[in-house]
Amino acid sequence: MDTHPGNWGNPRPHGGSSDLDILRPVDGLAPAPSAAHGSSALPVSRTQQPIVTGTSVLGIKYKDGVMLAADTLASYGSLAQIRDMKRLVAFGDHTVIGASGDMSDWQHIQHILNDCIIDEYANGDGHQLHPAHIFEYTSRVMYGRRSQVNPLWNSLVVGGFRDGKHFLGYVDLLGTTYQSSTIATGYGSYIAQPLLRKQVEGREDELTEADAAKILDESMRVLFYRDARSLNKIQRATINPSGVSITEPYSLQTEWSFAEGIKGYGAIYE
Amino acid sequence: MSSVGTGYDLSASTYSPDGRIFQIEYAGKAVENSGTCIGIRAKDGVVIAHEKLIHSKLLVPGSNRRIQTVDQHIGMVGAGLLADSRHLVTLAREEASSYRDNYKTPIPAKMIAERVASYVSAFTLYSSVRPFGLSTIIGVMDVHGPALYMIEPSGVHYGYFGCAAGKGKQVAKTEIEKLKFAELSARDAVKAAAKIIHMVHDDAKDKEFELEMSWICEESGRKHQPVPADILQEAERLAKAQLNADEMEED
Repeated sequence: MDTHPGNWGNPRPHGGSSDLDILRPVDGLAPAPSAAHGSSALPVSRTQQPIVTGTSVLGIKYKDGVMLAADTLASYGSLAQIRDMKRLVAFGDHTVIGASGDMSDWQHIQHILNDCIIDEYANGDGHQLHPAHIFEYTSRVMYGRRSQVNPLWNSLVVGGFRDGKHFLGYVDLLGTTYQSSTIATGYGSYIAQPLLRKQVEGREDELTEADAAKILDESMRVLFYRDARSLNKIQRATINPSGVSITEPYSLQTEWSFAEGIKGYGAIYE
Repeated sequence: MSSVGTGYDLSASTYSPDGRIFQIEYAGKAVENSGTCIGIRAKDGVVIAHEKLIHSKLLVPGSNRRIQTVDQHIGMVGAGLLADSRHLVTLAREEASSYRDNYKTPIPAKMIAERVASYVSAFTLYSSVRPFGLSTIIGVMDVHGPALYMIEPSGVHYGYFGCAAGKGKQVAKTEIEKLKFAELSARDAVKAAAKIIHMVHDDAKDKEFELEMSWICEESGRKHQPVPADILQEAERLAKAQLNADEMEED
């Protein structure tokens, strides 16, 4: 640590030598590159694929707000590793983000956003970030990371409702964004998106909260039947004029007796 | 002042022959000129209040706040030099944020008090810097519940049930000592704080003042925020009424 009073109050230097230099990788042959050059002689490798993943997130607009749904599974490859993962998280009083993709990156994103929200809170001016602000900030973080060729491996759905305005947006690991009245990530973009569009588009101002819940439950059920990385334990987040509410995880009823009648796959018992 | 002219008061890194450091004591003088700050630790929360002296009628009401937020669960007020206070709040925010980065959990009361105090203390060790002209009160709600610390210009810091700094320190302390902390709710503490600040203020001698008050309690969602305007106004109304009644009795 630099204890010289002349440097107090100044930002700590970046890139220069630090106490952490000891942690830098050194191969046994070449001398460690001097800190002044700031580059390591070793090749740099970056994230190549997500490791522990969450599957689809769905989001729709309805008359009085926005609703998101996701299951609570984090898969390690095809292993259903963590069955109580919180993939829908509120940021402030008007915004919820749902995350699919790498769950450790998702936890990092939560950390970054919380820092940002605390910074804003500390201003003490009574203002809160709007859903659109949080969306924009998130998208800049995602694009920034992809531009360093070190993306945060997620597809995110940002849902919000504030001052009578609905917000529903999508950001992914490339920093690609769009806004729509229905959004689905991952496998859900193939299976659930058409179902959502059919039921929501053009009816955003008619659908009640109960309708929205029913549409999402039904789509999540279809996804559970079709998506091998999904779980029937799900959560729903509702953002309406009274704020954010996220349900406790609950189970969807499913029906498998028809499986008895299916022939031509797997073992046949005669 | 016996210290003046002796030459022992020119540097924070010089002791006087009887073992005092006059620069630190002078910093204490800067605090004594400031509007009174108090902190009260109640059963279920912490309340911080400040008598903000208005030195000009041209100032916008509510400007130049002294009570500031460090982290969601931490509030801070400094009696003394406002610019020093701002600097210290910035430092505290960095410490709180870095603790979150490292440990993924909000910084505990004791840690933030210790870290800010270490920083303050460092400014009493060198001839090239001056000590902070500040007594800083820090209110926190952490996993152990409410906590209150005060850091003095020397860097010493203690945990308190109630503390005061600034012009009206002595009177305020005497009043705070009368409170029953084991039974006191955050709402009661707001009323008590309003009464104490109004009592301490000398209408005849001092300038006008604004009562600044913030709390961290269950009612505020364990977040540091200004006491809501309606609750504050009610507390001020009660305080004034009580003080008037007390005066009538005396007469």
